[in-house]
Amino acid sequence: MIDSRIPEGNLADKWTNHKGHCQLVNPANKRKYNIIVVGTGLAGASAAASLAELGYNVMSFCVHDSARRAHSIAAQGGINAAKNYQNDGDSVWRLFYDTIKGGDYRSREANVHRLAEVSANIIDQCVAQGVPFARDYGGNLDNRSFGGALVSRTFYARGQTGQQLLLGAYSSLMKEVNKGQVKLFTRREMLDLVMVDGEARGIVVRNLTTGDIESYAGDAVLLCTGGYGNVFYLSTNAMNSNATAAWRCYKKGAYFANPCYTQIHPTCIPVAGDHQSKLTLMSESLRNDGRVWVPKKKGDTRTPDQIPEAERDYYLETKYPTFGNLVPRDVASRNAKQVCDDGRGVGNSGLAVYLDFRDSIQRLGEDTIRQRYGNLFDMYERITGHNPYKTPMMIYPAVHYTMGGLWVDYNLMSSIPGLHVLGEANFSDHGANRLGASALMQGLADGYFVIPYTLGIYLSSAKLTPLDTSHAAFRDSEKQIRERISTLMNIGGSRPVDDFHKTLGKLMWDYVGMSREEAGLKKILEEIPKLKEEFWSDVKIPGTGDYVNQELEKAGRVADFLELGELMARDALERSESCGGHFRAESKTPEDEALRKDDEFCHVAAWEYKGDKEVPVRHKEELVFENVKLTQRSYK
Amino acid sequence: MSEKLMTLTLKVWRQSGPNDKGQVETYELNNVSPDMSFLEMLDVLNEKLIYEKQEPIVFDHDCREGICGTCSMVINGSPHGPEKATTTCQLHMRKFKDGDTIFIEPFRARAFPVIKDLMVDRSAFDRIISAGGYVSVKAGGAPDGNAIPVSKNTADQAMDAAACIGCGACVAGCKNASAMLFVSAKVSQLALLPQGHAEAGTRAVNMVQQMDDEGFGNCTNTEVCEAVCPKEIKVSNIARMNREYLKATITNDE
Repeated sequence: MIDSRIPEGNLADKWTNHKGHCQLVNPANKRKYNIIVVGTGLAGASAAASLAELGYNVMSFCVHDSARRAHSIAAQGGINAAKNYQNDGDSVWRLFYDTIKGGDYRSREANVHRLAEVSANIIDQCVAQGVPFARDYGGNLDNRSFGGALVSRTFYARGQTGQQLLLGAYSSLMKEVNKGQVKLFTRREMLDLVMVDGEARGIVVRNLTTGDIESYAGDAVLLCTGGYGNVFYLSTNAMNSNATAAWRCYKKGAYFANPCYTQIHPTCIPVAGDHQSKLTLMSESLRNDGRVWVPKKKGDTRTPDQIPEAERDYYLETKYPTFGNLVPRDVASRNAKQVCDDGRGVGNSGLAVYLDFRDSIQRLGEDTIRQRYGNLFDMYERITGHNPYKTPMMIYPAVHYTMGGLWVDYNLMSSIPGLHVLGEANFSDHGANRLGASALMQGLADGYFVIPYTLGIYLSSAKLTPLDTSHAAFRDSEKQIRERISTLMNIGGSRPVDDFHKTLGKLMWDYVGMSREEAGLKKILEEIPKLKEEFWSDVKIPGTGDYVNQELEKAGRVADFLELGELMARDALERSESCGGHFRAESKTPEDEALRKDDEFCHVAAWEYKGDKEVPVRHKEELVFENVKLTQRSYK
Repeated sequence: MSEKLMTLTLKVWRQSGPNDKGQVETYELNNVSPDMSFLEMLDVLNEKLIYEKQEPIVFDHDCREGICGTCSMVINGSPHGPEKATTTCQLHMRKFKDGDTIFIEPFRARAFPVIKDLMVDRSAFDRIISAGGYVSVKAGGAPDGNAIPVSKNTADQAMDAAACIGCGACVAGCKNASAMLFVSAKVSQLALLPQGHAEAGTRAVNMVQQMDDEGFGNCTNTEVCEAVCPKEIKVSNIARMNREYLKATITNDE
């Protein structure tokens, strides 16, 4: 039985009571604790800075050349907070409710309520750091609205909110580096979690510059390493985003929760050719003024300006008259796939739909559209060579965010004592679908306002023996890592790493992508093990492991993606309902909409690793809804 | 979209490590699609090199959306290449012609030592930020976000400066390898906002001191930095930094 350690009491009082009664670490003792934080995105940087401010000794690790690069930086739209500055009826309850509903009733009430409670503190903290949020003419903070909400609660810094929030967290981190309270280790990749007496007590990393295998010991490990969308090869994630650190923790006993929950973002720039290395997201705010359409006729090769109005199918407006082009991400994505599967997709590949601004430009003028979306239109033109003021944009859905992740309890601790997981790397707050402008909120909530309290609960109750890297557990781990690297380097096969990654990505997209069905999931569960075998016998990695070797880095990550992909398929197969971003073709309403099965699946699936040859065990954490009523979402 | 495929001659800087003196290698690459990004073109070249049992070219890159600041390289003599306000990852091959010869080198500066090929060590920038590029506020003690109004104009100017992605193109473009544009962007952002006022003097002095210690050169007002900056950070930030520095040193607010 999984214990989520949700505090007793009324929903609105749980976090306050929990903070008020939790054990504290004596200030004089905090400096005796060494805390390892892996990752320097929003969650990792904010956690490392905040814990250092409290007096803990922090070691901070990242794969990048600087702690300012993590992919949180690419978030465009904004960050939600229940400030109600607009006097439009927002409240902690409403943000909580929107997030629970948006997640299709597959997240924990208590966690989500806490997230909504601390959201307001995040804005205050970031303003104090010097984050230049947009202001109105009176000098107050400005807001915009975002999909899935009826209030205006999103704070933003132009189209670069993620960048500004990350640079704020990075600046706080560097402030603690200057004080000596944080030791920063860049260009280090975590390759193993070290456990002693069943507790997380350290990590082993590869120094990506020197190739050295290095050990670090501590009293707790915080994993803040982001999501696993790159299992699909093509996604909006950065090239270095990977699941290796999380996967190594899974293999040491940390449960992996809801791996099949993947968010596909509807407005991305389509694939241009085989050379495509990643996909670029266009903010979904574009759907406020753009109209989505495809030709009514199959295989219509005319250019868009030659297709008369009567022969265009504005399928979202027809099918969902209330929400129209503003349906949630999962609905918009699935419908784009359907029309393309139907042979009505546009562009060279047939895998795109139009997002047309012609009518908005006629109605509002080109200047207004330029003011609203100028930077996005420029970016689109830079990438595609097409001018969206003159011809409709082409868009297609792409993998964007993973709601699943390592299982954590209310205190953000995984099933391994001492291993805590923050941000996108955990599973806790977004259920089966994340609302826009909520990822930044969660990463910073975990780092600034949750872990500084909950880590103390663990440290004050754990019986930790003094330990350094001379312990045999570190030697064992280093030895295994060296053997694995040596195995990879010695395969001497014929195919580059990317070749395997692309093949895996294609399989995942076809069978564990926007629409999943039993037969396809069973098929991929046979295909991935074959691909894995080919990888371990035919991959080619040039050079040596003794210095910079980017192919070796990629190979280690792809080896783990191959295993994770299998677990995602297994999880998707077991969950024979549709919910949020997980659409099972067998579970839909007569109108082809997602159909949840609350009687069978109102739970978290937490997978336990049992060995490479064994089938993992699926544990259930029942989700109890005491404060909201479960309803089927409708956007008609 | 499917325009003619190109054949290119690539002259690429190869250097096995900091102690290798390095040299330019020449590669021919066929079938380059105009729709490829510059880095995707290098991906294709690397794949070819791997099949030919050669070591692929090492280069830093990550988001490929022009925001993380990881990608670097000097293309035909210009940091991030020929297109204005564009990072290398957002530069597309349609900006080049069939038969072109392209020179690709690392960002060069004494303070940015080469690690391998096109990958350089820019950790000096981290140390400069660590010397003062922040507001010393702890999590938990912040007043309400609207407690101190900030005029829209000021917030916009601060945002203009804060848009810096820390890539180092300003240093690579400057004949003195000066980091003044990078440092001044952060000094300006925080000096403009009321939240950063209290430390404005010490910040300017400490960051400038660290910049000098790292071995960056001085500014001689050529303004190349602004011309090559992919985020169009303005040199007026340097003037503001100089004012902050001067103010701090004559009032002993350092």
